[in-house]
Amino acid sequence: MKTTTTVAPQVATAGAFRATRRRRTSRSLVVTCSLAVAVCALFVLTMMVGSFQLSAGEVIASVLQLREDPSVDFVVRGLRLPTAASALAVGLALGAAGTIFQQLLRNPLASPDFVGINSGAGLAAITGIVLLQVSGVAVSALALAGAVAAALLMYVLAWRDGVAGYRFILIGIGATLFFDGLIGYMLTRAQLSDARQAMHWLTGSVGQADASELRLLLGALLLLLPTAVLLQRQLRALELGDDTARALGIRTELSRAGLLATAVVLTALAVAVAGPIVFVALVAGPIANRLLGPATGGIIPAALVGAALLLTADLIAVHLLPTALPTGVVTGAVGAPYLLWLLATTNRQGAGG
Amino acid sequence: MSSSNNLARRASALGPGLAVLCVLLALVAFLSVTLGSRSIGLPEVLRALGNLDTDGSINSTVTLELRVPRTLLGILVGAALGVAGAILQGVTRNPLADAGIMGINSGAAVFVVFAVTVLGVRGAGVYVWFAFAGAIAALVLVYAIASLGREGATPIKLALAGVAVTAGLASVTTGIVMTNVETLNELRFWQVGSLAGRYAPVLTGVAPFLIVGLIASLGFGRALNGLALGEDMARGLGQQVTRTRAAAFGVVAVLAGAATAACGPIVFVGLVVPHVARFICGPDYRWILPYSMFLSPIVLLLADVLGRVVVVPDELQVGVVLGVLGAPAFVGIVRYGRLSEV
Repeated sequence: MKTTTTVAPQVATAGAFRATRRRRTSRSLVVTCSLAVAVCALFVLTMMVGSFQLSAGEVIASVLQLREDPSVDFVVRGLRLPTAASALAVGLALGAAGTIFQQLLRNPLASPDFVGINSGAGLAAITGIVLLQVSGVAVSALALAGAVAAALLMYVLAWRDGVAGYRFILIGIGATLFFDGLIGYMLTRAQLSDARQAMHWLTGSVGQADASELRLLLGALLLLLPTAVLLQRQLRALELGDDTARALGIRTELSRAGLLATAVVLTALAVAVAGPIVFVALVAGPIANRLLGPATGGIIPAALVGAALLLTADLIAVHLLPTALPTGVVTGAVGAPYLLWLLATTNRQGAGG
Repeated sequence: MSSSNNLARRASALGPGLAVLCVLLALVAFLSVTLGSRSIGLPEVLRALGNLDTDGSINSTVTLELRVPRTLLGILVGAALGVAGAILQGVTRNPLADAGIMGINSGAAVFVVFAVTVLGVRGAGVYVWFAFAGAIAALVLVYAIASLGREGATPIKLALAGVAVTAGLASVTTGIVMTNVETLNELRFWQVGSLAGRYAPVLTGVAPFLIVGLIASLGFGRALNGLALGEDMARGLGQQVTRTRAAAFGVVAVLAGAATAACGPIVFVGLVVPHVARFICGPDYRWILPYSMFLSPIVLLLADVLGRVVVVPDELQVGVVLGVLGAPAFVGIVRYGRLSEV
């Protein structure tokens, strides 16, 4: 910021600059707070609707353990809270990871769903379901391992005097094709019932969360979201390009690797909990940026948008559709048209990939 | 002067090279007819081929009704995929343009699922036509999306638009499949690219499209050479750029669409083989196209034979074999290839 004042020493300009900055900060604060409120409202709403209708008061009282009512407690804490909490946590993780990827690779289309991480997790999980006949926690553990392994593999393959964004993306797409081919092969080897289970997992659903992984994801969120926000300064410098960042005194490769690792762990845990849910990571960042106006790039707003999207998608998937479908079907069907619009508009500005 | 001499020498060596490829293709085709999970002696194969009619024995039936159509289909589909890849890379001036990467498979899959669920269609011979239509629709959609905006269809935009459209269509497919187990069963076998089980009816269905497309494609060499100089230069040389591009896309859609319809998704052949062809013959598309046409079926048939021999008595689908072998090649192109020189 000092550089700006030396370039334009007039007091008036500095004052205008400070005013702009204040406006930007306050807008980002307002947006973040209203997003948080919206997410809380959706969170409560998800637990209210269903075959057994509840009021908002009953849900809140039961979740906070203010009142004892066995039937309400059973429905809320036993049945609906795990799903709602996993939608919340997975949405937060995907939103944050998506925006980190997009800023790090400097491409609005580079989200973890498309650059091989989800496919790697998918291949590992499907192999477990089909060949080893495992289910539940073991599938999630395999998915976690698969996602991390895929990310490491791509990082190594894309490494050539540092990792250029475009090379990472293209290698990621190649890896996606490779993993998808093997997933298809696994599906033909499976019994029909196993294949159906595998397809269900591959689509991604917040309803399949397991309590222990959910706890792990929530813990990781508490640790990693603040870390990511602390790294935000460096992220912004990276957005200016490697040379500028280096000139500002940032060890680019180290912070890039650290940020990528944070995003990969978040994605891997989210995939382990809910399966590879597409498009949430892709659209959360751009939507948050639209809301934020000039103060783009916030990780927390993007995470909140991700959570809001996934909670809404879950509401639609479970309650509005004639047959209950996995959440991933809804996010995919809603995300595709949005993506087309994104491609059209970013390209018109000449800023697309 | 020396470079034009070089070119002339190169051209004089390329003709015989093509003849060598022809011989190689014949050899591989012969291997494909003779090798398989059922071991049939060479004399029996030759007798069956000589008579061109089954004498009622199982061995001659296997040879004539299973292996020969399979090999012919492999040759046609391989040639189509290779040429389609070469044309796509030339028209888009994009080293990573490939029908598989551009989402053609997901379009075909959506239409196949639609045919099975809504129209109740069964059997590979019939839903070839739906796969064909879906493949063409997806290809047009992805190219249209990627070429929006002023820089046109850059490698990354094409690849990402392809992956994104694939993801969107795949979730539609999954939505249908999850509610209908029977469709899932049909789809999962179509989704792995394979030459097995696609016999005479499929072959006779798609062969006319593939042959016409292949013949038409050979006329694009000069136009692609012009486009390689850049759009403005090509226009300056008197080319109708828009018309050329549209015609080339039509040919690609027919070739890749018919190939995908017949065999399911086979990725990487169309991507990697044109690069090999370019490595051999330099930048002249009048040579790249025929070289791709002969190299690709060699690769495809070899992969198919490999899949049959590796896990006897079972077999590995050719799509899987190519996926495993093609991914390292793709990574190599991205890492070391001179991406801009197309």
